[in-house]
Parts: sequence; structure tokens; C-alpha cells
Amino acid sequence: MSDTSLSARPQRLAFPPNWPARIGFTVLALYVLYAGTVVDITWARFLTGLEQGSRFLSRMFPPNTAADKLALLHNGMSESLQIAIIATAVGVLLSLPLGLAAARNLAPAPLAWASRGLIVAFRTFHPVIVAILFVKAVGFGALAGMLALVVASLGFLSKLIAEAVEEMSMKQVEAVRATGASFLAVVIMAVLPQVMARFIGFSAYQLDSNLRNSALVGLVGGGGIGATLFTAFQRFDYDFVLTIVLAIIGIVMVGEIVSGFMRRLFQ
Amino acid sequence: MEATTGGNPSTTDRSSDRSLRIEHLHKEYRAGEPVLRDVSLTVEGRGLTAIIGPSGTGKSTLVRCINRLVEPTSGEILFRGQDMVRLSGRELRAARRRIGMIFQEYNLVERLSVIENVLCGRLGYVPVWRAWLRRFPDADIARAFELLDAVGLGDLATQRADQLSGGQRQRVGIARALMQEPDLLLADEPTSSLDPKTSVEIMELIARRASASSIPALVNIHNVELARRYADRIIGMSKGSIVFDGPPQALEDSHLLAIYGGEGWLE
Amino acid sequence: MTATSVTGPRQWHRFSLTERIMRSVFYLMALIAIVWSMRSIEIIPEFLYDAPQQTVDLFARMWPIDWAWYPKVVHAALLETLHTATLGTVLAVLIASLVALLVARNITRSAVLNGIGRFILVATRSVHAVVWALFFVAVFGPGALAGTLAIAVHSIGFTGKFLSEAIEEVKSGPIEALTAAGAPPLAILLKGYWPQVKPAFLAIAMFRWDINVRESAVLGLVGGGGLGMALDTAMSNLYWDQAGLVLFVIFAIVVAVEIVTAWIRSRII
Repeated sequence: MSDTSLSARPQRLAFPPNWPARIGFTVLALYVLYAGTVVDITWARFLTGLEQGSRFLSRMFPPNTAADKLALLHNGMSESLQIAIIATAVGVLLSLPLGLAAARNLAPAPLAWASRGLIVAFRTFHPVIVAILFVKAVGFGALAGMLALVVASLGFLSKLIAEAVEEMSMKQVEAVRATGASFLAVVIMAVLPQVMARFIGFSAYQLDSNLRNSALVGLVGGGGIGATLFTAFQRFDYDFVLTIVLAIIGIVMVGEIVSGFMRRLFQ
Repeated sequence: MEATTGGNPSTTDRSSDRSLRIEHLHKEYRAGEPVLRDVSLTVEGRGLTAIIGPSGTGKSTLVRCINRLVEPTSGEILFRGQDMVRLSGRELRAARRRIGMIFQEYNLVERLSVIENVLCGRLGYVPVWRAWLRRFPDADIARAFELLDAVGLGDLATQRADQLSGGQRQRVGIARALMQEPDLLLADEPTSSLDPKTSVEIMELIARRASASSIPALVNIHNVELARRYADRIIGMSKGSIVFDGPPQALEDSHLLAIYGGEGWLE
Repeated sequence: MTATSVTGPRQWHRFSLTERIMRSVFYLMALIAIVWSMRSIEIIPEFLYDAPQQTVDLFARMWPIDWAWYPKVVHAALLETLHTATLGTVLAVLIASLVALLVARNITRSAVLNGIGRFILVATRSVHAVVWALFFVAVFGPGALAGTLAIAVHSIGFTGKFLSEAIEEVKSGPIEALTAAGAPPLAILLKGYWPQVKPAFLAIAMFRWDINVRESAVLGLVGGGGLGMALDTAMSNLYWDQAGLVLFVIFAIVVAVEIVTAWIRSRII
């Protein structure tokens, strides 16, 4: 049965080979093997690590809830929370002008390009690196952490605002401009209403992100729970480490609920 | 795992093997609101049986109960000597692969090619690794090409399914169902998403292929004219019960009135 | 995602009023939070005024950049960072796929398993890669292995979440068709779900790789290998020109990765 049909017409291929995909996949597989050896991922190391790891985990349980530790935790988390909230607020305020300045359909070209360059610079560097720089510049403490997170927020929010402004309809803007209104009026009446809804969503996400990062900047001297965490690691207080980590997870979960709520409220 | 590649059922007496007997089928989606009321029906031998009736009268539910896409509340569905309602797991899959189904929305996997969609009809027969690596048996691939030729899509075998028109996609759906070498063909409103001319072509195709394979076809359709033209037997349903069962010649206006209610649409 | 319900004019008005009240409440609470933060935070005003000047000073010290240090140390560190990022992403994607299957409600019906999967995702992404690195350095010792595992574990959270959403958004029709044809569950996953999820899968993997390069550069600060270690060394020795070099390299590689991912995305998706 199949013979007659196969000889009656030239052999048809059901699945022609997809060369780009095959090559890409092979390259990736080879690379992973290569990189694995460079990074020295060997089974022996993995096994010893597992043993070490289980020893660690046993030292972490149960989490430490002594009164003095909890007080430390409370101070650290409060500071982290403060850093996150202020950084988000400042970031939100400053990102509007910066984002508008970076929009190619609103701002003159040189200003737009300069602003975009600034935004890219802000986004490239990890908040931790930025925090280190600020610590070196302004000293240890919450100030450095807060400034680092402001920079991170600006990098994220301004970019999104610039993109939203560039995607918006120019008709409303032209309509308001035609009435002879000043630039500020144009912005308020025609630009902001169109981008505001998405902006709230972005801000909610940034608050969540800052909460997570505020726990981090302390690791390098930027204040907050990060410093407490680092000290606990260095002192081998692993049960306290677990307490702190659980607290961080808890705060982040609450933050997610709040930001989800924010987004639903304003959209 | 079975590796049969297109073998026919062991018994040569086909008509009794392929009879479908529905006994007292009852279905309630919500308690107290039955969609199917004590439906009993026997489908035997060859021929196309059309089920007609207004929307919401249970036609679709009836057809979908047969292969358990919808779970019956009570009753028996006897197919090839087994009660479909009592089957589960491997036995249910084995029973399902003997029933080919054609859907209103075609239900193709859009990112796969046409021929791969057709070969999906063999998924109940081939080992999973063959399907994953696309190493289907040669006989299956040859048969898939044959079926595509039979439905008029021989040249489009390696095109992606989402590049096809509605009528073409339904042809692929028919080929896929036939690829299972089923003992029964089910169709749930196969022409409802198609224009009139294409609808005729598809009904023609279903009737012809079912006849060529000597299997019964059960088609749920709301276009009475198409039903009259292509069906050997018409079943009219109203409010979850069968109110007409006979050849198309016997279908009179009074019956249509009983089925659809209201005189306006008859004109 | 609009919130207007149109069941009748009366209904609509009532909803709008509640919405306005809730918004006002929200603004009020945000204001309270901000004011509380500003009053409690310990920021010495003198340092705040001094900040811009100090920052500019710091950058001045980084110039001119010590390019000579590149071949000696920074190049190897760069490669190590790239390996960490790529291996970590690959590992994360593999594990996250399994967790995503657990979390997707159309694949796993059990609410308990869904919950466990969700917890894994939340926990891994709440704890920053740097903190995971601290842990893994303590367990495996400093170096790229700790860094890779830290990246991998942290990425599971985001990747798994996006993947599970992609799985849940799959069209159910084709799945129904394959079920009706008697396909075993694994075949349905491979032929029904996977083709529909594939574009999102690639996009998510690319996106995560992009972010992970940035993250990997930092892990060295706590012992995770790569550029971070070079940066740490330079800053500890107060060699600001070398630090400037590392920062420049980080900038360059991040931009390069963004270009590469944009190119791949335009070719494939």
C-alpha cells in the first residue's frame, strides 16, 4: 500500500530539518558543557557541598526568636522599609520630568538623547554597585541606600514613562497646543492622562522592587536589614539568618499584595 | 506501551463492533437543570447521522458525552462492547483513540505544521518518544500524506497550521480524525465557523470519507438544509430529549416545529 | 485591565463611588507612610547637602581609567561572569519549567501542590541573588560555582512565575482535541502545551539572561566570582582608576547583551 504511493510521486519529507534551530541548540549544549568545566562543577564538589549544605540547614532550624534578636530585626526592617518608601516616592516624583525629557516626541533632540543616556547609565548598574559608590561618597547609613534606590527607580520608571509618552497619541497634544497653552499645561492636560494609568502600575512594581533591594543595600553599608544579615552571616548566627530571611520573604509578599491592590485600584 | 502502527481491529465483523448504543443518558450541569433527559439512541453500521436542534438543547453535550469530554451524570454508553462511562486511564484512552472527533473551532495546534497536526491523530498509538522526536513510523507518515491528498491539501503539508484558511483547517481536522483509523466519527458543529460554500464542501468531505472507511458518522449541526442533504438519518432534539428520529425524507415542517418551536423562522 | 462593570447604570455609579473612596484612602495611607519614613529615617542633613559634591569627587578619582589592568585580571573576570550568568540561567530555566508545571492550574489540579509550587517561587525570588550567594559561598566556598547556583536559584522565582502564566493562557481547544484522540498525558504536554508555550518560553529565557548578566557582575562582591571580585579588590585597595575600569566593562557588557538579545528576539519571535 505505502509502496505504490511512495513510488507514484517523489518522496515527500514530512519534517524538513530546521538547521538554524539544530545548530543553535547544539552550540548551546556544547557551551554549557564547556562552561561547566571552567566553573568547575564536578560531581565531587557537588556532593561535599550537599553535605555541608545539610549541616547548614540543621544549624538554621529553628529560626532564632530571642527578644534582642527580634529588636535588631525590627530596627533593621523598619529602616529598610523607610528607605524603600522614600526612595519610591522620590523616584516617582523625579521620574516624571526625566521621563518627559527623554521622550523624543516631546523634548528637543539633544535633551532627549542626553536624558536617555542618563537613564541607561542609571539602569546598567546594579543597585548594590550604586550603593557602594554612594557609601564611598556620602558615608555609611540609610542616606547612601536611599540614594542608590532612587537611582534604580529613576532608571526603571523614567524609561517606561518615556516609552509610554512616545507611544501615546499626539492628537490630544496637538489639540491642546492649538489652543495656545503653555508647555506645562500641555503636559498636564494632554500627556499625563494618557500615561497615568500605566504609570501607577509601574510605580507599584517599583515599590515591590525597592522593598526587595532595600534589604540588599545594607550588605554594602547602605543601612537597613542587609547590614544585620551580613553581620549574622559573619558571626555564624545561622538561626538568626533564617529569621531575617523569613522576615524579608514576608515583607515582600505583603508588598506584592499591596502593589497588586494598587494596580487594581487605579486601573 | 503499545506500538501498533495502524493495524485494524482484530475482528472482521465490523458493523456490530462499531455500533454505538446510548442507554438512558442523563446529564445535569447544575442540579435540577438537566441538559440531557434520559436519552437512548443506537447508531449502527455506515451512514451519516445528523443531530439537529436549537442551541442549548443538548446536542453538543450528547456528542461530547460519547468520548467523555463531558462527564455524564448517569446512563450507559456502549461502544465496541465497553461502557464508556465506566472507563478510566489507559482503557479510556484506548477507547478514545477509536473515536475520531472534528470540532467547530478546528482545534489544531497552530504552531505545528499541517502534517504534524495530522500525525497527532496517532498520538494514542505511538510511543511518546517517537512523537517527541518526530520519528513516526514510515507507514504512518505515508498514510498522513495520503489523507492530506484525499482532503485536497497535499501541497500544504509542511506549512504551519495558522497560515491556513478556516476551510483548510477543518480539512486538516478531518484528516487528523481519520488518521486514528476510528470506528466512529463524531463532529461537533463542524461547519458553524465556515461560509456556506465551504460548509457544503466540508459536509461532502465528511460524508464521503466516512463512507469510504465504512464507519458511521454522528454530526451535530444546526443547518437543517445541510442535514437533509447529507444525512442518512436525522435525529431532532428539543430540550434535552429526542423528538424525531428518521430519514431526511420523513422530516416535515410539523417535526421542525416540534424541534425548534415558533413559526417565524420556517419562512 | 478596566474595572467598569456594565450591568446597568445604577450598578456602575455605585462602583465608581467605592472606587473613589478607596483611592482617597490609598493616597492618605501613602502620605502617612512617607511622612513616617521621613521622620524616622536617620539621615544626617549635612551629609545630604554634601552628597552631590562627594559623588562628583568620587567619579573624578576614577578618571583616567586604568586600561592596562584589563588583560591582567578583568578579562578573565568578565568571562567568569558570563559563564555564571549563562549557566545559571540554563539551570534556572530547567528547574523553573518543572515548578511552573506544578503551579499551573490547568496542569496540576491539586491546590496543595499549587501552593507548594507558589511558595517555592515566592521564596526564591524574594531572597536576592546576592543573599543566596552568601549562603552558597559558605557552603561551597568562594568562586563561580557559588555564583552560578545563586543566580540559578534566584531566577527560578521569576522564570517560574512567567512560565506558569504562559501555561495557563494556553488555548484549551487543541488540548481537548488531543485528549479526544486518546493521547497519553505526556504526549498532550509535548504536542499540545509546549508548541503554544514555546515563544513565551524563549522570550522569558532571554529576558532572564539579560538580567542575570547584571546580577552576576555583582555577586563577586560577596565571593561569587567574576567582575564583582575584581571590583571589590580594586575598591579595597582604593585603586579608583581600576574600579572605574571594571565599572566601564560592566557597562559595556550589559549594553552588548541587550543588543544581542534584541537581535535574537527579532530573528526568532
